Amino acid sequence: MSTIQSIAGENEQHPDVALVDRVRAGDVAAYDTLVRKYERQIFRIAQHITQNREDAEDVMQDAFLKAYEKLEQFQGNSKFYTWLVRIAVNESLMRLRKRRTGKMVSIDEDLETEEGSVPRDLADWAPDPEQNYNQSELAEILRKTIQGLPQGFRVVFVLRDVEGLSTEETAETLGLSVPAVKSRLLRARLQLRERLSRYFRMKSPPSRRRKEGVKSDVH
Amino acid sequence: MTCTEFLALLDDLIDDSLAAQTRAEIEQHMHKCGHCEVIFNTTRKTIEIYRSHEIYDLPAGIMDRLHAAIMARCKKGC
Repeated sequence: MSTIQSIAGENEQHPDVALVDRVRAGDVAAYDTLVRKYERQIFRIAQHITQNREDAEDVMQDAFLKAYEKLEQFQGNSKFYTWLVRIAVNESLMRLRKRRTGKMVSIDEDLETEEGSVPRDLADWAPDPEQNYNQSELAEILRKTIQGLPQGFRVVFVLRDVEGLSTEETAETLGLSVPAVKSRLLRARLQLRERLSRYFRMKSPPSRRRKEGVKSDVH
Repeated sequence: MTCTEFLALLDDLIDDSLAAQTRAEIEQHMHKCGHCEVIFNTTRKTIEIYRSHEIYDLPAGIMDRLHAAIMARCKKGC
């Protein structure tokens, strides 16, 4: 029994692999399951990159249709989800290019800024700061804040921290090196933190903290 | 440990991928440095807030329509 389990364990694959195999064998219902499983994530990623609801809807549809058409090319070296995300990222960038006719779009643009590499706002946040806003106010703050990030930081943060891809998967998906993903992730996290501080900082900091808004003495 | 060294390790601290010894050093630094403690707590909170709030959700009706459109095309062979 243990031998069977260990053999099964060695061959144990992600549940998506069986679904992909069924789709390849002509079972469209299995693809329905895969679409349902990932459609919200793919929509969110597309929305984060294109910043446009209609484009995100189109990208979501195109990404799933393209994945279906190209399923034979899916090698199984990476997870189906990572492969799908890569298609969605490329479709999103193509969509952006169409909107900004003639202008090249890449995930490397606007990365010159040094903003956020050194934390400046060192005020502590209120406990559960999101409780100070209603749901739609909070969503607006979070949207506005993340939209202000350079594309190349935003997409790394979204894939790695929001959608839960590993650093390696994020690197593979975006065609970046692992150190590049790590560097962008740190700066994305710090920039978002800095910008959210405007909304979430404590109104009256405890006495052990220095006055609000003082410049960093981080050395 | 300096604040700059702390910042370089911040992601690994958040992702819980530090060796025990380094983790102990960083915790010792945060104990002494209120600013770095704030940076750690607020950065971790930033990630948590983005993870737990849906900022681009689609109403179920629209998602169903998109889903149906995808599957209709797939059934026709795209």
